[in-house]
Amino acid sequence: MIWLRHSISSPSASADTLMLWLLRAAAGVAASLVLLILFFLVAESWPLLMRDLPITHFVTDSSWHPDEGAYNLAPMLSGTLYAAGGALLLAMPLGIASALFITYYAPPRGADAYRRLVELLAGIPSVVYGFWGLTTLVPLINQLQPPGSSLLAGILVLTLMVLPTITLTAHAALVAVPGDYLRGAFALGMSRWAMVRGVALPAARMGIVAGAILAAGRAVGETMAVLMVTGNVVQHAGGLFDPERTLAANIALEMPYAVSDHRAALFVSGLTLMLLVMLLWSAAARMGRG
Amino acid sequence: MNVRGRRGPGKPEADQVVAGENNSYTLGPMQAGPACCAPQPLIRVRNFSLFYGGRTALDNISLDIYRGCITALIGPSGCGKTSFLSSINRLTDLIPGCSITGRMHIDDSDIHGPATDLQALRRQIGMVFQKPSPFPFSIYRNIELPLHEHGIKRREDKDAIIQRVLQDVGLWNEVQDRLHSSALSLSGGQQQRLCIARALALDPQILLMDEPCSALDPIASGVVEDLISRLRGRYTIIIVTHNLAQARRVANYAAFFWVKDHAGRLVEFGHCRQVFESPAHELTAAYVNGARG
Repeated sequence: MIWLRHSISSPSASADTLMLWLLRAAAGVAASLVLLILFFLVAESWPLLMRDLPITHFVTDSSWHPDEGAYNLAPMLSGTLYAAGGALLLAMPLGIASALFITYYAPPRGADAYRRLVELLAGIPSVVYGFWGLTTLVPLINQLQPPGSSLLAGILVLTLMVLPTITLTAHAALVAVPGDYLRGAFALGMSRWAMVRGVALPAARMGIVAGAILAAGRAVGETMAVLMVTGNVVQHAGGLFDPERTLAANIALEMPYAVSDHRAALFVSGLTLMLLVMLLWSAAARMGRG
Repeated sequence: MNVRGRRGPGKPEADQVVAGENNSYTLGPMQAGPACCAPQPLIRVRNFSLFYGGRTALDNISLDIYRGCITALIGPSGCGKTSFLSSINRLTDLIPGCSITGRMHIDDSDIHGPATDLQALRRQIGMVFQKPSPFPFSIYRNIELPLHEHGIKRREDKDAIIQRVLQDVGLWNEVQDRLHSSALSLSGGQQQRLCIARALALDPQILLMDEPCSALDPIASGVVEDLISRLRGRYTIIIVTHNLAQARRVANYAAFFWVKDHAGRLVEFGHCRQVFESPAHELTAAYVNGARG
């Protein structure tokens, strides 16, 4: 009797318990890494954040001249938002149209080949996009209006980079729309386009928006490709052909030689970027649930 | 007038069932139309065969579907009943590699002819599926969407039609206060009645029903079955069902399908009572008596 009870409830270190603790440890490491990075960013920017109050001086200072103690991040924040926003504006319609084509219009073989191509596009390293932008796109824009390195170049390169994300997430969202809805729409005499517009797109709306937000996260954080084509002048871009600088590019450009307060100011850039991305991701997570 | 056809074999009181004592729903007034089921063919099917790639799914089917009557398609799973149903509104077109031979006519127009306007055809032929599948929108929007697509755009027109069809399926009293809440919040039986209302909104001549009650609980199933009986006469109904008792209760005609050499064939077609009570074919007899299938 005692033996029997022991055999079914044995709490001793079984393989399961061991596995559970291993997994807990792995999850703990992953979670604490995020917190550590955040903590590190805050700690490094803290001296500068707290020295000159209020914090709003980071957007009200006269300019970005770290050697003179002027730390205005606003032009770079606007640069980041213009580039990412412009890219989304272009990539959203293109990506959704591509996803609709793959899902509902292309012949099965063609759709598969096209989807693989888009996946490949997602795998190209960002520096290659930047290289292409620098050697091909910038000279082209230069012919239109010098100097060529510009917000427009940044937007176009970023568009290419986020297009696969938007296409693939929208495709996944459309494929997840139950076939019953589509058959129901056809049985009601709706044309393919009416079905897409009236049923498929609204039903997949949440997934598509969540994908776009993830893409926005990528566009906001992209550094190398953008740095190579936007000219990196710290200014509010007055038009598409003006050069500008993003927050991410700012860090990459100045970190090698920055010291003391200048260095801390770059960490404030990083912190701003991180908060922006966290905001986007939490919005995406809420969409995913909704 | 064919009295047997009019009343529905096996259940002469079918038309009154709806007004039972504790019904929580009411049906709208019947519209004027043909008095009831008339022995006059509306759909004529001749030597119809259907293939999926190289495989024969339906082999040489010929039968008439009578105007205003309820025709039940019965038979074991995989005998091609649903394929037959879907080829009437050409949903089979959506299946890659599907082809047909033979003829299928509604009055004088060839359903599978090259000149057929698919959207007009499907507007004439409503369909209700096994799994209730309203769109994930509001109750109102579910019916408004197909109306809008078919050019009914004035708000008063849409409102009037939506109220009428919801009354027809006995859903109006249950949902009139929450027309703009999600259709997915309805119960399974309500969702199925909404799908029927959605099909009726386009004012079709024919209703195809693919096991409309099999995903519902017995009470919801009974409500939908009563509704189907009430629609007799106003619509020509073809219903696929595995529930033989249900086929017997609601149908005027029954078509019995069976699989032979991996292809679905029509074994027997006739008045429902005849098919169930004095089947001409021994397979039919075995099936309706529960000995086969």
